[in-house]
Amino acid sequence: MPKTIVLDKKSVNFLKKITELSGEIITLCDQCGTCSGGCPVIEDMDITPSQLMRMVLIGDQTVLQSKTMWLCATCNTCTVRCPRGLDVSKVAEALRQTTLRQSIDKVKIDEIPKEELAELPQIALVAAFRKLTS
Amino acid sequence: MTMKIGVYLCQCGGNISKVVDLEKTKKFVENKDIEIVQIHSNMCSGAGQKLITNDIENLGLDKIVVAACSPHFHEKTFRAAMEKAGLNPHVLEIANLREHVSWPLKKQPEVATKKANDLVNIAIEKVSLNYPLEQKSFKMENRVLVIGGGIAGIQASLDLADAGKQVTLIEKEPSIGGKMALLTKTFPTEDCAACILSPKMAAIAAHPNIKLLTNTMVTNTSGHRLHFEIEAETKPKFINPNIDMDECLGCFQCQMECPVDYPDDWELGIVDRKAIYVPASLAIPYQYMIDPNSCLHFTEDSCSICADICPQKAIDFEQKPEKLKFTVDNIIVATGYDTIDPNIKPMFGYDKYKNVVTGMEMERIVDHLNEKPPPRDIGEKIAFIQCVGSRDEQVGNEYCSRVCCMYATKLASLVKQDRPESDIYIFYTDMRAYGKGFEEYYKRAQEMGIKYIRGKVAEVNQDPETNNLVLKAEDTLSRQIIESEFDLIVLSNGLQPNKSTEFIIDSLKLAKSPDGFIKEAHPKYKPVDTDIEGVFIAGTAQGPKDIPDTVVQAGAAAARVIGTLSKGEFDVDPVLAFVETDVCDGCEKCINACPKHALKMNSGKAEVDEALCVGGGSCISSCPVQAIDLHDFTNSQMSASVFASLEHKKKDEHRIILFADNASTYRLADTIGVKKMTYSHEVYIIRTPSGSRISPNLMLQAFINGADAIMIGDNISKSSSFPWSKDISLENIKAVNNKLEKAGIKGDRLKYYEFNSSMLKEFVIEADKMADYVQQLSKITDEELNRLKETI
Repeated sequence: MPKTIVLDKKSVNFLKKITELSGEIITLCDQCGTCSGGCPVIEDMDITPSQLMRMVLIGDQTVLQSKTMWLCATCNTCTVRCPRGLDVSKVAEALRQTTLRQSIDKVKIDEIPKEELAELPQIALVAAFRKLTS
Repeated sequence: MTMKIGVYLCQCGGNISKVVDLEKTKKFVENKDIEIVQIHSNMCSGAGQKLITNDIENLGLDKIVVAACSPHFHEKTFRAAMEKAGLNPHVLEIANLREHVSWPLKKQPEVATKKANDLVNIAIEKVSLNYPLEQKSFKMENRVLVIGGGIAGIQASLDLADAGKQVTLIEKEPSIGGKMALLTKTFPTEDCAACILSPKMAAIAAHPNIKLLTNTMVTNTSGHRLHFEIEAETKPKFINPNIDMDECLGCFQCQMECPVDYPDDWELGIVDRKAIYVPASLAIPYQYMIDPNSCLHFTEDSCSICADICPQKAIDFEQKPEKLKFTVDNIIVATGYDTIDPNIKPMFGYDKYKNVVTGMEMERIVDHLNEKPPPRDIGEKIAFIQCVGSRDEQVGNEYCSRVCCMYATKLASLVKQDRPESDIYIFYTDMRAYGKGFEEYYKRAQEMGIKYIRGKVAEVNQDPETNNLVLKAEDTLSRQIIESEFDLIVLSNGLQPNKSTEFIIDSLKLAKSPDGFIKEAHPKYKPVDTDIEGVFIAGTAQGPKDIPDTVVQAGAAAARVIGTLSKGEFDVDPVLAFVETDVCDGCEKCINACPKHALKMNSGKAEVDEALCVGGGSCISSCPVQAIDLHDFTNSQMSASVFASLEHKKKDEHRIILFADNASTYRLADTIGVKKMTYSHEVYIIRTPSGSRISPNLMLQAFINGADAIMIGDNISKSSSFPWSKDISLENIKAVNNKLEKAGIKGDRLKYYEFNSSMLKEFVIEADKMADYVQQLSKITDEELNRLKETI
């Protein structure tokens, strides 16, 4: 179902914020799809990198719910190929920062049984705490 | 010889006289060494002009001052009147009392009258040093060089030759025809390219006014709009051509016996040719030639079969390159383009995979598609990759190549028409179908079932097991990733300037656009002119374009040449540099200072080439002995103006000299007057051709004679006829500032401005700012001035 997007101050501010955090002029994106075509982890993404760029450009904040930004490994394949010289990985990082700065706990630590807590690798715990990507 | 100066004060129907008390000005003038002063209500009227001409005839006046409106309004009028009365038009000076005095100082009549007196004083002092100048004109002939024998050069040559011009057409390949001759059909009409081109090529060969030089490259150019000296070199074809049927007859025997099979360059290697061959069936000139790079006689010194069997003994392995030297009056550069090397995008695997071809190769493949069997198989599933090398900042090309969308559409359509079962995809970034009939053509291709996929291909790989090509891209419209096999992948590579274009840019000193193509003199109004007078451009040497646009431009360039040459001569404004040969010590410093290369050494002295000089005056400050000067703006004339502008300055007054460039700042000040805007009356405007004319010496003289500050107003450099003026002016200002500092004179008294004709507010603000600044500064003391004099 297509959703209706209102192009208002909020969407402009979101674009501004991500532009500032990433240092990339996101409005330069031509939507050619070179980034998506060459992305090595594209199969696990729910939206393509170019789609991520598009959503930021129109100020669609639901982009923050996507897995794509967490899956970006900053391999920079897209960066060296982008015909407009944009660094998509920096935009992904800006989106990650935006989410992390909200300090939302994705997992309540005290609800995890103590036995499980002892067994879980620490890195998995930290990842689950903020990102919960899988 | 005593001078007889006549001074004419114009009331301008009250525009001047209601503010300036002209009777006072008249009294002021009567104290000067002049023959007569008169006041008239409208000097520009017939009666006003008659006043001048009568006085010239009756009193024998030899210098004229008109104090009226801006010289940009009526200088021509008064010059024409003087000429009629037998006086040289250059012994006229105009004091701009309306735009520069009575209008901006409308509310300060007393100040205005004083300033009017000063301006008339300047004009009288200047005119007393004026001398007759003759209009220069230079003869031109009818000779035109067209560089490049593609469709642009062919069209331009034919247009010129039909108009009776003598054309030399130079082509580096053995045949004319250029890239168009390689195309199978043309978009969007699908005319056969060879069929519509070959009659034009034949017309070139047949035209009595065209001298065709193929296998020839320009090796050097020198000179200017009158006489371009061209040096060129013709590579040997090793066969004596058919002249009077006693040499090569084109009997074909040599070609039959030649043992070499070599990729045919005309066919881009799709088929083979012999080492002795005719470049193509439509080649002009239609001549046999030997390619020394593939002929065994040259590569291995082993074979001479062709020479042995030739019944005419037309083969001559000893032929040497021929050097040519000739003179032309105008040049059309039609050097064309190269396709972008697809290997700069290694992810598409052009050099790795046989079934990845370029658009141009596909032209030849499609052209041979109906041969049985075709020299290259294309399979069933074909993908076109758009924007290869264009619109790609990773390879430094920001621009769109303009033709790729349509040539891919054309090639796809031709294949689809011939083989309806084929499955064709065009991967594009944006579909640009901007030309006449393009959108309709694009729609027809879609109708035929060609699939356009909006996404730039990321990479092409080969399946290690099946050896099939696998292409990966995002379909940005469905947001799906496409990873699919293809039999053939066509890279729609873009256009870039070729080596010939780059050579010509360097050799003729043309300007380059950021995209590397030749820059036109003005993108809107002078689209086929270049920065060098007498050099015009046509076709893709100026930027990517299709055949119709190229033909239009070639016609336009030819028309410009015809227009330029039709007068048989060209006029040059006599405001040109000149050298006082007895002062010149031959130091050669000026030679490099002239951006137009108009200064040369001749028997140890500098010499001005008047056909090249543009009268900007930037050479003047380069001369350490003041041997170079500019007619009508000589050192003594400029000094006299500066001195006169400060002559009646009182101790407590301030004065700022604004040297205003004629093209921009002076006219801007006129417009400010017209708009009745006001600025500080302390700013006195003196006309100069460019900021760079104002030498350090002149600025120092202004300070010594009492100027408090100097402003130099120049045209914005990017739209100026003297774009180099800014750098030279700033350099000069730096030199003067050093001297002021050494003399202990404080303050920022020298400023350089770039103005265009609409910067009214900026001008007023800057003028007032400088006036305020000078108010606050302490006056330059006599002691400081003495120290300054010592530095000179």
